[in-house]
Amino acid sequence: MVKRLDAQTTVMAALPLAFYLLFVIVPLGVAVALSFQTWNGLGPATWAGLSQWRKLFADPVVWTALGTTLRLMVYAWLIQTPVSLALGVFLAGREPYRDLLAILFFLPLLFSAVAIGLTWIYILDPSFGVLTAVAQQLHLHAPSWLGQRWVLVTLAVVISWEFIPFHTLLYQAAAQQIPAELYEAAELDGAGLLGRFRTITLPQLRYTFVTSSLLILVGSLTYFDLILVMTQGGPGYRSTVLSIYMYNEAFAKLHMGYGSAIAVLLAVLGVLLSLALLRVSGFTRMRSQLEGG
Amino acid sequence: MARRAFRHGRRRRPLGARLVSAALAVVWALTAAFPVYYMIITSLKTQAGFFNAPLWLPPKRPTLANYHRVIFSEGITHDFLNSVVVTCAAVVIALVLSMLAAYVIVRIERRWVRWTLNLFLLGLAVPIQAVIIPVFALVNVLNIYDTLWALILPSAGFAMPITVLILANFFRDIPRSLFEAMGLEGAGHLAILRRLVVPLALPALASIGIYDAVNVWNNFLFPLVLTQSQGVQVLPTALYQFQGQFGIEVPPLMAAVVLSAAPLLALYAIARRSFLRALAGGFA
Repeated sequence: MVKRLDAQTTVMAALPLAFYLLFVIVPLGVAVALSFQTWNGLGPATWAGLSQWRKLFADPVVWTALGTTLRLMVYAWLIQTPVSLALGVFLAGREPYRDLLAILFFLPLLFSAVAIGLTWIYILDPSFGVLTAVAQQLHLHAPSWLGQRWVLVTLAVVISWEFIPFHTLLYQAAAQQIPAELYEAAELDGAGLLGRFRTITLPQLRYTFVTSSLLILVGSLTYFDLILVMTQGGPGYRSTVLSIYMYNEAFAKLHMGYGSAIAVLLAVLGVLLSLALLRVSGFTRMRSQLEGG
Repeated sequence: MARRAFRHGRRRRPLGARLVSAALAVVWALTAAFPVYYMIITSLKTQAGFFNAPLWLPPKRPTLANYHRVIFSEGITHDFLNSVVVTCAAVVIALVLSMLAAYVIVRIERRWVRWTLNLFLLGLAVPIQAVIIPVFALVNVLNIYDTLWALILPSAGFAMPITVLILANFFRDIPRSLFEAMGLEGAGHLAILRRLVVPLALPALASIGIYDAVNVWNNFLFPLVLTQSQGVQVLPTALYQFQGQFGIEVPPLMAAVVLSAAPLLALYAIARRSFLRALAGGFA
């Protein structure tokens, strides 16, 4: 390690830092500042004191949206974690037919959320969706997937479809690192299949479990594209998560100040969630590695 | 040795367990593939064929007319080129800046350097939606609203946290003696970066570059908020616009969806393993 700073290293440090501060960190501060202002996005912003925040705490839609955000977060976690874990462990094996299936496994990774949303709209459409048609063929009644009752579950399923491949990759990589000796020893001790899974596979995957969960939970705050394309937050406010509500307030109604207050709430949620999970995770190790050299 | 670990003795699993896990795998493979199958067969149908034949079957006489229409009449090539320009520019900027930052983080021992690292970690935790309003304001102040720069610069900035962390992790594994040897020969930091670090880090740079590129390519929020005219439209916003424009003309819409993913599909076909490793973004 070098302690001395010459002109060259100063420039090498200042350039990326200035760019990053300008486009990421300063906007974060400005979001906080804007939440105390009234601004329509064009004219000058005027000081509004705490009024945006008072409005936020009194706004029932914010609380519904927060509840919807958290519900979607839990649903997404509940679907993605067991499926990705099972698929990752499955793929860590080496039979040749797994390789063949694996080609199909990761297809969702190749499409943008907008592309995925558009495709699923036409799969789920009540009059000419392919799933509806298949259900009719089988004489089943297809519910209104994006209606009041099912919309959150449906969105959670489509979101999971989008992200399960990524988390499968994480679990697959981790499961491949588990030493074979552990399994052999357990087998000698007479541990059954489930016993070995519980006493070896799961504990060995705990860091991946935390990383994957962290990414799912924090990532769920950013589900936006897919919801905007598929439901625009409806029906009514039924699938309006915080990010959608922020977008509608700020860019449809041009209530930039109020939108900023919602945005700050979103940022606080993201940081709190990360911190809470960092406490228990391998990320703390990664960070101390990075700092400690 | 490490290779051996892959086999971890589970080949002797009981038949029942193998059947259950294989069944789950087949179910997921079908679930993952079906929407992709559906978009491809639908993109090859005529409008009449779409409404008259079963939706789940491929067309008897496949047609490329929808691709022809989307490419030549709806101008998707222009959006495609915009996406290419934005993605390439943003990734190059993000990689160069992140490389400098990672080098300083790894090689310079100062307290503020640690703070820099914390700032990049903070960037990982903050949802992009939380700062979109100030980014919109910033883009207006810089007078680049509704230009490709409005997409390039913020995209590069938001790609930096993960890129810096991964590169710093990689740079740290380069033996210290190599740095010191070059330093003794009188090489400056930039020379060390160019002649030692970059050649060694090429695989890592390519991998994180691809990860960033896919994220920029698929980003929807920035173009939605930071641009508005047709001339600077990129693929995700083009698809969004087609949705309203085409209505129930599903076949051309699906052709546009397939085209929007074409480069990724091609990369997947050519180099699936390394592409997937890149897409795990250093988290695996």
